[in-house]
Amino acid sequence: MSLLSWGPASLTPVAAPADDGPGNPWFSWRYVHENADAIGLALRFHAGLTAKTVLLALVVAVPLAVVAYWIKPLTAPILALSGILYTIPSLALLSLLAPLVGTTSTTSVLIALVMYALLVLVRNSLAGLTQVPPEVIDAATGMGYGRLGRLLRVELPLALPGILTGLRLATVSTVALVTVGSLIGQGGLGDLILGGFRNNFYKAEILTGTVLCVGLALVLDLLLAGLGRVLTPWTRGRAA
Amino acid sequence: MSYFQEGITWLNDPLNWTNPGGLMDRLIEHLVISFWAVLLGCAVGWPIGIWLGHRGRGGGAVVTVANLTLAIPTLALLTILPLTPLGFGKPPVVVALAVFAVPPLLANAYTGLRSVDPETRDAARGMGLSGGQLLRQVELPLAVPYLAAGLRTAAVQVVATAALAALVNGGGLGQIISAGFGIGMSNGGGGQIVAGGFAVALLALLVEGLLALFQRLVTPPALRARKRRRNAVTVTTG
Repeated sequence: MSLLSWGPASLTPVAAPADDGPGNPWFSWRYVHENADAIGLALRFHAGLTAKTVLLALVVAVPLAVVAYWIKPLTAPILALSGILYTIPSLALLSLLAPLVGTTSTTSVLIALVMYALLVLVRNSLAGLTQVPPEVIDAATGMGYGRLGRLLRVELPLALPGILTGLRLATVSTVALVTVGSLIGQGGLGDLILGGFRNNFYKAEILTGTVLCVGLALVLDLLLAGLGRVLTPWTRGRAA
Repeated sequence: MSYFQEGITWLNDPLNWTNPGGLMDRLIEHLVISFWAVLLGCAVGWPIGIWLGHRGRGGGAVVTVANLTLAIPTLALLTILPLTPLGFGKPPVVVALAVFAVPPLLANAYTGLRSVDPETRDAARGMGLSGGQLLRQVELPLAVPYLAAGLRTAAVQVVATAALAALVNGGGLGQIISAGFGIGMSNGGGGQIVAGGFAVALLALLVEGLLALFQRLVTPPALRARKRRRNAVTVTTG
């Protein structure tokens, strides 16, 4: 249903064209060629939503982790709350959010995705922060760093590996979770997957969506791993 | 906010619970699917995890498998498997959910067996226990808390993702939500959507709570105390 809203390019044939072999093949270049526009649109939507989610979650999670790190009694409640949010099934969260903020925009999907990315990021950032050696903190304090200066110049850079691990995990799971948005037609590549299923089980469409989705997750994971590699030597240099 | 009132109204109608395809029917369907998926996951994940942990190798492979499944959208497996020889109906849904139950079960079983104190293992070997005896009488009992933790994570995840089966008409509580979207948000479906969402969320939290309790029960008091002491130590040093 959501596929049809993307214009004429997405009016996929019900059965696969004859030159793709008999019946309903799992992969068809002709499908990819004829629907390149719709596929590109879905891919861009998917990547964009993932980026928005991860950035928003990062902006919320790191300060939250710092609060949990500074104020020890708040650590358990913050982790427990994000754990409970994480337990609530995505479909349930989406169906409770959609009536509130409407189904015509991506806002409800975005809110749900941010909630899921939050737990992973908070937990890993906090783990990174608590792993900073006490001697380093003592040394920084001795050099005259205040609480904030020490956080920005010493503790956060040292916690970077933990934060990056969380970022990678959150990104990969977000890419997979965006597909759930196809419930309200805001699922990016998930719309291809579900659209293919509803379009008389058009296998080529389903598999194209799936392969691109897994591929996107792997590419983003590799990019972030590379980013971590670029950032880590500098961190190590500081720690040594 | 009116949608939430509609949701409460929907839940207050006993017919919505007892009708064919009502809440009770869907709940039972949901639990049956989840049960088989977790059972299948255990049948695959535990033996491999226990064997790898006993042998003390394959840790990298366990992590890789766990990370790879993270990248596979549940929706993709749920749509692809019915088109394979598995056919439509419950079996593909059970298999799809079991795929996501395996990593936590496998990883926790592996970690559980690996975390047995090497000195304990040496002592058991010194007493003349064979590999099988060591596994059954020493390693497995000590790994029970980890196995329970894996079961809890896997079961909660399966119950949560079983809701997605509704997107491909696989049954379960999610069906109530997707039927609500089918009616349309403003045509009276809104209340049903909210009610279904509440039901699914509540079920997941309930399963999480029950299994957390179960995990506590099967953890021997001695291990529980040791864990607490270890935590106390880390707090004072950190």
